[in-house]
Amino acid sequence: MNKINLIIRQEYLNRIRKRSFLLMCLLMPFLFVASIYAPYWLSEINKSEIKEITVLDYTGLYKNMFTDMPPYRFNYQAIDDPSKNTKTVDAYIIISDDLLQNPEGITICSAKQIDRNFKEHITLQAEKYLENEKLASYQIPNIQEIIAASQVKLNISETRLGENDKYNYPTAEIPVLIGIASTFIIYLFLLLYGVQVMQSVTQEKSSRMVEIIISSIKPFELMTGKIIAIGLAGLTQFAIWGILTIMIILMSTPPIGANTSPDSTLYTEIISQMQIYPFAGLLTGFLLFFIGGYMLYASLFAAIGSTVDNESDAQPFMAPVTIIILFALYAGIYSAQNPEGALAFWCSMIPFTSPIVMMVRLPFGIPLWEIILSLSILFISAFCCIWISGRIYRIGILMYGKRPSCADLLKWIKYKG
Amino acid sequence: MHIIEAINITKKYEKHTALNNVCIQIPGNSIYGLLGPNGAGKTTFIRIINRITAPDSGTILFDNRPIQPADTSLIGYLPEERGLYKKMRVGEHIVYLAQLKGMPRNEAKIRMKQWLARFDISHWEKRQIEELSKGMQQKVQFITTVIHTPRLLIFDEPFSGFDPINAELLKQEIINLKKEGATVILSTHNMNSVEELCDEISLINRSQVVLQGKVSEIRNRYKKGLFKIKVSSGELSAEENLYTIISEKSNSEGREIILKKADNISINELITRLAAKYPINAFEEMLPSMNEIFIDTVEGRNNTKNERNE
Repeated sequence: MNKINLIIRQEYLNRIRKRSFLLMCLLMPFLFVASIYAPYWLSEINKSEIKEITVLDYTGLYKNMFTDMPPYRFNYQAIDDPSKNTKTVDAYIIISDDLLQNPEGITICSAKQIDRNFKEHITLQAEKYLENEKLASYQIPNIQEIIAASQVKLNISETRLGENDKYNYPTAEIPVLIGIASTFIIYLFLLLYGVQVMQSVTQEKSSRMVEIIISSIKPFELMTGKIIAIGLAGLTQFAIWGILTIMIILMSTPPIGANTSPDSTLYTEIISQMQIYPFAGLLTGFLLFFIGGYMLYASLFAAIGSTVDNESDAQPFMAPVTIIILFALYAGIYSAQNPEGALAFWCSMIPFTSPIVMMVRLPFGIPLWEIILSLSILFISAFCCIWISGRIYRIGILMYGKRPSCADLLKWIKYKG
Repeated sequence: MHIIEAINITKKYEKHTALNNVCIQIPGNSIYGLLGPNGAGKTTFIRIINRITAPDSGTILFDNRPIQPADTSLIGYLPEERGLYKKMRVGEHIVYLAQLKGMPRNEAKIRMKQWLARFDISHWEKRQIEELSKGMQQKVQFITTVIHTPRLLIFDEPFSGFDPINAELLKQEIINLKKEGATVILSTHNMNSVEELCDEISLINRSQVVLQGKVSEIRNRYKKGLFKIKVSSGELSAEENLYTIISEKSNSEGREIILKKADNISINELITRLAAKYPINAFEEMLPSMNEIFIDTVEGRNNTKNERNE
């Protein structure tokens, strides 16, 4: 036992002293925070920049179709007067026909690639205008009230389509957000640290260090020690990321709170909603599923690492494992839309996908028995996997040259002693 | 008193037998040579003593009792294919391996500093392993093998890849280890070092022990009645009933002749008969070199086996 501690201590120190570990620890929180604030910052940048749009209306019917809205400013220009064109124009809108008769009578011309948001914006405004006009043309009594009523309805559907301003998060969005985020984190950790276990095993084998070590300690102890050490390094990294992220968010909140624009209140609202979210339960779930999933995948990666002579040989063995993890990620993202569906349920029971898929479902508050069942399956399979990998590992680390076949691996598992 | 006693060790891999009913007794405080061609089973035997692999059948006794996991702290092992953790620092690396062998951390640190000083590489303590030259790394590997003052040391092909200076240093250290009371198992292809260092040997060929015993006895057993004589002048005439001349060469001091004694006369008789006729400066019996014995035994066995197979 004492010797396992030594292995854990040394492997852990080796890992956290690496420069790349430190760099990842310090950089990632900034990237996290940046990705939270990025939409807000980007919209701020966009607002300050005004785009000049010139509307050339050949029909003369649509004088008020487009209203200025940052960052777009519309200038109506007479067709017969090109000399007035002194300002730089970002884009032209050319209306050549009655749009109610011919919907294709409108064109956007621009020297640059037309930006998708801009096109959506124009389409939306034009459609709204034309709808009103068409309704008016029916000459129904009380048409103004009817239009007003229908416009209220239109406004609601617009927010759903994703118009940035006045967007309001319904509370159901928060679990989705947290679920997706924790799924990505657990996916990243499983893959990142699983591969590190594999690399470490292969390096030890190819540097011929392993024979010296296992003359003092059992191969199984070496393998588990290594898996535990790298897992601890992963948790350390996670803790540092968590603490730094919270610190950065707290430090950057006051300036946003002081700003009274609707956007900033929106973001403070998200943060305040996150503050009241029951993170303790989620964090416990995350840790348990991370530990189980990590043991499962890390032991698989250790077995793979022990059967190859160098890292490049590991690629064909790694592919199936990577595909499973990737499948789990996609299943997780899909489950976010339908957390009670059959795919979500079964994928959160299968041990290879459950850690990732469960992290999506946990924030939605699923029954406790499902969580307990899923965790039990996960941990039992993880221990089985560690045992089988240990059998392969103890033989694999001393075998050089020929790449073992599946039949060889089965024999290795059965070997005694 | 034997420190290691291997009794009927058999180890089979899928398609071949690595060790077949091998019995080896290694006396305490000796240097024991493990000889044999590549693939004969030496490394498997060493791994079994180190408890890296388990035999299919047979027992290993350490100090006359079955070997236990805790005994690995009494063994120092330098494998044939050896490495170091490239990213670790020299001092840290040595202390780590010493701790794995069960040494307390503080004691390991003190011993590490002593050994670095002994090899005159104290200034390398904080350097990373990857900055070291190959010769330096070999010194570090040696230190990691002996730092916990093991009673039994196992060197698998220790001289491969060593330059002559480091090889000589290693030879001296092995002799020192024996002087300090340790037992050394030496697996090697370097027959000169066997003659120089080993007290006893086992020759393993095709997973079996084919020759075993004290080096001096074995060389006596294999002597072919060859003698080297030096005469200051004159030529030896052929005398079939006494000897046959194998080779002759002259230099400034006279002639050096190698001859094979006839079977039916004693050495004394040969000396008297020669001395009566020629001015003899030197008379010496030629013992076969371990190299010759090795080649004769291995090739002889392989040939008879091949014939039998045909």
